[in-house]
Amino acid sequence: MIKNFLMNLLLAGIWIALTGSLFYTNFLFGFMMGFLILWIMNRNETDQRYFYRVPKIIGFAFYFLYEILKANVQVAFDVITPKYFFKPGIVKYPMAAKTDFEITLLTTMISLTPGTLIVDISDDKKTIYIHVMYLSDPDAFVRQTQTGLERRLLAILR
Amino acid sequence: MIDIILAFLSTVGVLSILFAAIGIMRMPDFYLRLSVTVKAATLGVGLLLICAAIMFPDISVTTKAIAIIFFLIITGPIGAHMIGRAAYFSRTPLWKGTIIDELAGKYNEETHELESDGKDTKGDDKDQEPNVAKTDEETE
Repeated sequence: MIKNFLMNLLLAGIWIALTGSLFYTNFLFGFMMGFLILWIMNRNETDQRYFYRVPKIIGFAFYFLYEILKANVQVAFDVITPKYFFKPGIVKYPMAAKTDFEITLLTTMISLTPGTLIVDISDDKKTIYIHVMYLSDPDAFVRQTQTGLERRLLAILR
Repeated sequence: MIDIILAFLSTVGVLSILFAAIGIMRMPDFYLRLSVTVKAATLGVGLLLICAAIMFPDISVTTKAIAIIFFLIITGPIGAHMIGRAAYFSRTPLWKGTIIDELAGKYNEETHELESDGKDTKGDDKDQEPNVAKTDEETE
């Protein structure tokens, strides 16, 4: 896993050294070429996790960006129109994430989405308390986060 | 093509910072103000930095922009979390339209420990009142 990633970075570095221009598009192209080469070379190996994980990470980045933009538009609309549409509330959310690293990533991502804010994490690291701006149904919100953001995040990390 | 991307990104970034600034004035209570400001500011500054990184074909600008965005994303939510937690401890009231507060009564008052489940069994006569304001003036 980590060996493949370092190998990929090395191939991208070799591509940059050969072409001689250190610009982000050139780096991305070199990284893609390296990924393709590694994929072809490793297709008989048993450990294929790296090659499933990189497309998943890219997909997750776009999903997260879309969520942020969607929520931002919702909040911005509420800010500039005279009437308040939100129903705020503090929700208890049982986490499936176990280790500190998973919890840190999950809480950072929930906090970065507009409209949701982590108020606190319980001391036994099982639940987090989220302040949500648009809370029509607490159970629906918990289910939505569990099946959307958290499932995708844990699919990458585990 | 690059010009269009730059114009789009910088417009979205500036608009989100503008909405955050208006949101500080308009939101009815402390938690909503915090919620609006931190995210929009992080997104806006991040987008403007990405614009700078794309615009200048200089490697030092790109690396600096990436480093700033990285630290912004790490520190922003944690700062918001700590401020919100401190506000909850000091019993800053929630807005009167708040529909649910599942955190009420979960804190141990002396040690500030937070339980994850079950009602607290230590003090039955403790006030379990949700910390929600009755009027608009309380959360001004």
